[in-house]
Amino acid sequence: MAVTTIPVTVAGVEPYGPDVRALRLIPEPGAALPAFSPGSHVIVHVPGERVRRNPYSLACAPSSTEAYRIVVRRIADGRGGSRALHDEVEVGDRLQIEPPRNLFAPVLPARRHLLIAGGIGITPFLSYAHQLRAAGVPFELHYGVRDGAAIPLLDELQRLCTGAGRLAVYVDPKGASLLAVLEPILGRQPLGTHVSTCGPAPMMEAVVAAARRHGWPSSRVHLERFQLDLGPADPFAVRLGLDGRELQVGADESLLEALESAGVQVSYLCRQGVCGECRTGVLAGVPDHRDAYLTAPERAANTAVMPCVSRCASGPLVLDLV
Amino acid sequence: MSEILPGATLARFPFPFDSDSYMYSVNVEEAQRPRANGVGSWGEHVYDVDGHYLDEVAERARILAADPARCQVFGHMRQAAWDVVEHATTSLAHDYPADFALQRDGDRCHWRNRRLELEQAFTLGDDATLPREPFEWITRQLQEDVELLDQRDDDLFFDAGILTFAADWSLDFDLGMRFLEVHGPVPRVHELGVLPRARMFLMGLAPGRAYRRTNWSMTVDRRLDTGTEVYPEWGPARANLRYEDIGERLHLRVEVQHFVRLPRSNAVMFTIRTYLASLDEVCEVAAWSRRLERVLADLPSDLVDYKGLARYRDMTVAWLAERNAAAAPAERA
Repeated sequence: MAVTTIPVTVAGVEPYGPDVRALRLIPEPGAALPAFSPGSHVIVHVPGERVRRNPYSLACAPSSTEAYRIVVRRIADGRGGSRALHDEVEVGDRLQIEPPRNLFAPVLPARRHLLIAGGIGITPFLSYAHQLRAAGVPFELHYGVRDGAAIPLLDELQRLCTGAGRLAVYVDPKGASLLAVLEPILGRQPLGTHVSTCGPAPMMEAVVAAARRHGWPSSRVHLERFQLDLGPADPFAVRLGLDGRELQVGADESLLEALESAGVQVSYLCRQGVCGECRTGVLAGVPDHRDAYLTAPERAANTAVMPCVSRCASGPLVLDLV
Repeated sequence: MSEILPGATLARFPFPFDSDSYMYSVNVEEAQRPRANGVGSWGEHVYDVDGHYLDEVAERARILAADPARCQVFGHMRQAAWDVVEHATTSLAHDYPADFALQRDGDRCHWRNRRLELEQAFTLGDDATLPREPFEWITRQLQEDVELLDQRDDDLFFDAGILTFAADWSLDFDLGMRFLEVHGPVPRVHELGVLPRARMFLMGLAPGRAYRRTNWSMTVDRRLDTGTEVYPEWGPARANLRYEDIGERLHLRVEVQHFVRLPRSNAVMFTIRTYLASLDEVCEVAAWSRRLERVLADLPSDLVDYKGLARYRDMTVAWLAERNAAAAPAERA
């Protein structure tokens, strides 16, 4: 099965200055948006010559199943996904998104949360603030921006923090004023606090370094390393046996799916690269191993591949199949 | 929609062996698709409601009354508890519309369990609208044991669960442990790399799609609760099993386990449904009794010990061989 997607319509666009815009996404008739956990993201399939798969944090309440909101910063020198979402997508356009997943969930047993955001890194903390407010867990949010004219999500954050948590906003074109307060902030937190940070890499590194200096255990320091622009997987060709027929594996399908479409039987179970059931022999070529099953020596030998997740690093890939 | 047929136990029995020898593996597959067992099929739904529903729900209530520690929920798992309420009521109403109904208006719900003649209005997320703690309220209406794993610190923690039908383990002992700690006593899985892969699978589990696997052991007498807490009640039966009683008293015990990522809490839900078939029943399906004989004969001694079969494995293999040999000529004719 290919990746499941949810068809959505862009129901609203809200600009924050020239480079940032929020998109409100509602499900198309017959589709539904699932509830999600704080810190979740969706992968947006950005239309274009080649579909790009860009992850964006869901910047709305976790219970918000009528509409999702994502906030997109235009990255001029990126691979084009964010540019397309700025320049080509308008209200009424339809998009495909993959269902929410979470790589940055809040630590639930934490007695207190310290949240530190830089720029567009604020987005996951909006759902955090909703949840922490609802659960009555103390938090403080420190938010650094370079431009004070149109601060993304500020009104809503102020509302969410009132009576629930502390919000501090640092406006500085150089981004230095937030960095300057990291030491005192991290130095004064009570035991049981977890710090979570999202933003530019140098800022997150500064948070980690300051936390280390103040004796924070690493298990209490959490980073959202967003990977912008995953890009499409590259298509590749495989051959069945040394003299066999050749198949094309498209960018949006797995090797296993391509084999199944061609009527080649490969037994499988998990389709996630962990169970080992679809292990297939490799006669030539170098797989791009993306599984968790093969051992390091098996990977290095390049004599087997898990077609449910792995692809081709150097072709032509010749499989021990007919 | 499924019909519930009280007598059709064997047709829906999840016979777990697909080859003549058994070894641990990450035997996970996508759930909610029927799997043929030779005489019927099993596995259509995550929650399996069958002809034993009233008996097993009553047995669970009896066990909880005797030992409330069989159901425990850490405070930070409150959201996950409500996730289970939402998932189970929605699934049951969808899969068994003749028995369960859920009306929803936003977070306000009206639940009907016709099998238990129970009706309840509640608001999702509001503990005060239910007569019990939400996780215990809903799991008292299930035949499955349900365990919840919190994901944090790059690991999974066993932080809530109900365990009334345990195959010789204990919620009270294991609660709060990491995934690898819970599985500490299981032989071979560490060396085989099965557990690290299983953990990786669970940690990467996405919301929305359920997966499943089977596990198995054997139990003397038809008894669902073989928890460590009540070992004195069932342990001695292992030693006094006689050859002539094997068909009636010894049971193949199979667990169907489902894995679901809960959407609002990001917790992993792990359900365990236990099915028992006496060896007399297993012998009603010739392919099962032959395969079970070979699997037991082939089982390495450390697994025999771990599964608690040491006292009667050899005797059972002999018993199955005798039954299978006696059945074979009749089949040829």
